[in-house]
Amino acid sequence: MSNAFIAFQKNDDSRCIVEAILEDNPGAMVVDQPSMVKIDVPNRLVIKRETVEEKMGRSFDLQELQLHLITISGHLDETDDEFTLSWNS
Amino acid sequence: MDMKIAKKLGLKERYALMTRDLAWDTTYQKMEDVFPQTSYEGIKIHDWDKWEDPFRLTMDAYWKYQSEKERKLYAILDGFNQNNGHLSVTDARYINVLKLFLGSTPPLELMAARGFSMMGRQMNGAGPRVACQMQAVDEYRHFQTQIHSISNYNKYYNGMDEFAHQQSRMWYLSDGKSFFDDAITAGPFEFMVAIGFAFEYVLTNILFVPFISGAAYNGDMAAMTVGFSAQSDEARHMTLGLECIKFMLEQDPDNLPIVQRWIDKWTWRGTRKLASVGMMMDYMLPKRIMSFKEAWEMYVEENGGSLFKDLARYGITIPKCFGQTIEEKEHVTHQSWIGFYMKPEATPFHTWIPSPDEMDWLSEKYPNTFDQYYRPVLEYLDQQEKAGNRYNNKTQPMNCQVCVSTMKFNEPGDPMEMCFRESTYKGEKFHTCSDHCKEIFDNEPEKYVQTFISSHQGLQGNCEPDGADVNAADFKPGQNMLDYWKLDKRALGDFNGSEDQANFAKWREQATKN
Repeated sequence: MSNAFIAFQKNDDSRCIVEAILEDNPGAMVVDQPSMVKIDVPNRLVIKRETVEEKMGRSFDLQELQLHLITISGHLDETDDEFTLSWNS
Repeated sequence: MDMKIAKKLGLKERYALMTRDLAWDTTYQKMEDVFPQTSYEGIKIHDWDKWEDPFRLTMDAYWKYQSEKERKLYAILDGFNQNNGHLSVTDARYINVLKLFLGSTPPLELMAARGFSMMGRQMNGAGPRVACQMQAVDEYRHFQTQIHSISNYNKYYNGMDEFAHQQSRMWYLSDGKSFFDDAITAGPFEFMVAIGFAFEYVLTNILFVPFISGAAYNGDMAAMTVGFSAQSDEARHMTLGLECIKFMLEQDPDNLPIVQRWIDKWTWRGTRKLASVGMMMDYMLPKRIMSFKEAWEMYVEENGGSLFKDLARYGITIPKCFGQTIEEKEHVTHQSWIGFYMKPEATPFHTWIPSPDEMDWLSEKYPNTFDQYYRPVLEYLDQQEKAGNRYNNKTQPMNCQVCVSTMKFNEPGDPMEMCFRESTYKGEKFHTCSDHCKEIFDNEPEKYVQTFISSHQGLQGNCEPDGADVNAADFKPGQNMLDYWKLDKRALGDFNGSEDQANFAKWREQATKN
């Protein structure tokens, strides 16, 4: 099984995004590195707008991810409500 | 009366309207005459509308988020510079990694900007044209921000100001230059595999992720913000490269062997280019977060492995070179650093022998190779230096005709034997560093016989500065190489005893006392 992953620069916004990922993706693993954080999830990683908004306490456009993003792995599907990375294997 | 409120369009619909809906098929001229480049490589496309855009970033959102990224980046750069941030890096050896990184990368970003501008014109489909045009703007941004980042360091340290002149002339910059020259002179689909897949997926994931995290760990906020800001665009670029590969494979089964050959070729070319990035991680960062080997396993073996497993459904197999790259990950960074150490008068950055605790770190990270093959060499060079006999190889290196790396890598399965291969084309011999580069050469010899290799050209008298008299009786080819490269003499030689080392110590002293 392959891991989908995403990495962010460490800041207050990305802290909330990471919390949302951990809540919505059982099996998510956090790799903490200097000034960045990487989250691995087997096969499929989803970021849900609603959960991120709950963590941030404000409305959030998923495309705001672009500001903090470092890298991703997996095929991407992007809608207004979900940002999904997945492998077909 | 109830008002009818139009429902706000979803992201997919908005993106479709902003791309496809603004495009049209030409009628006065045939489409194949308007887009002549996309057929000669043999790739068959039947329906450009089947292209799926992974990141659905419309132009308005693109400008909004990119400008926000720029504001953040320049705020950090200003803060770092105003606070004399250059004196807060771990030690002055660190500056040399910037001379290598920021001296070699901006011209490559510019080539990427040119390449994607061409793709933005050449691709038939509106989806890829829009994505390529955005990527061209991104690459131009990276080119500019990297130069802005280095400009502050350039006020204090030697050897940073001639990178643009050196790009096309300097021996060790030739591997990156040849990578992009090869890609940009290929057809549009091969370019997408070369840059969109190999460069973005294989290379930038190591250069801009663990290496930049390492730069942050060494206190360099300028390189950190520039690197991570660039990589936030690269995430988008990787999906474009991956989408292009899937699109080709889904359009026609005849595309498979062509795509496979490009994946084999460009994975290898990316791997060769990574040897110097790995050396930056293992030898040039005073504080290290992970070894090149560990980064390679995480980002290439695992992540690349996931990708190839996924593409297996189209018939794609793991690149031919993969086995060799796994063997080489324990060797290439040591071979590269020793190679650079031996040429102290041919680079605008300093080299040095790692300290005893740094050698212990290398032993721990490379238990199968470091103590056996590389520690003895480094300790011998260290003894020689202390005895006043610092190694200085003044000869010209031999370079691979394809990747233009100096010949320094080992024969597969035999770390004590240097590897090189030979091909003959039109009665002339050409040398390559490996089976994989030889295969690339043999497949397109007419292309690679044109490779510019400064060490070879220098011996032919073709690398002389303005005013040199090549007809003088005592003229020796290559004797003026330093002037031809415009090398700053203060930036040459060992780190120990350098002007940078003395200045950094003096300025840091001033920063902490009256």
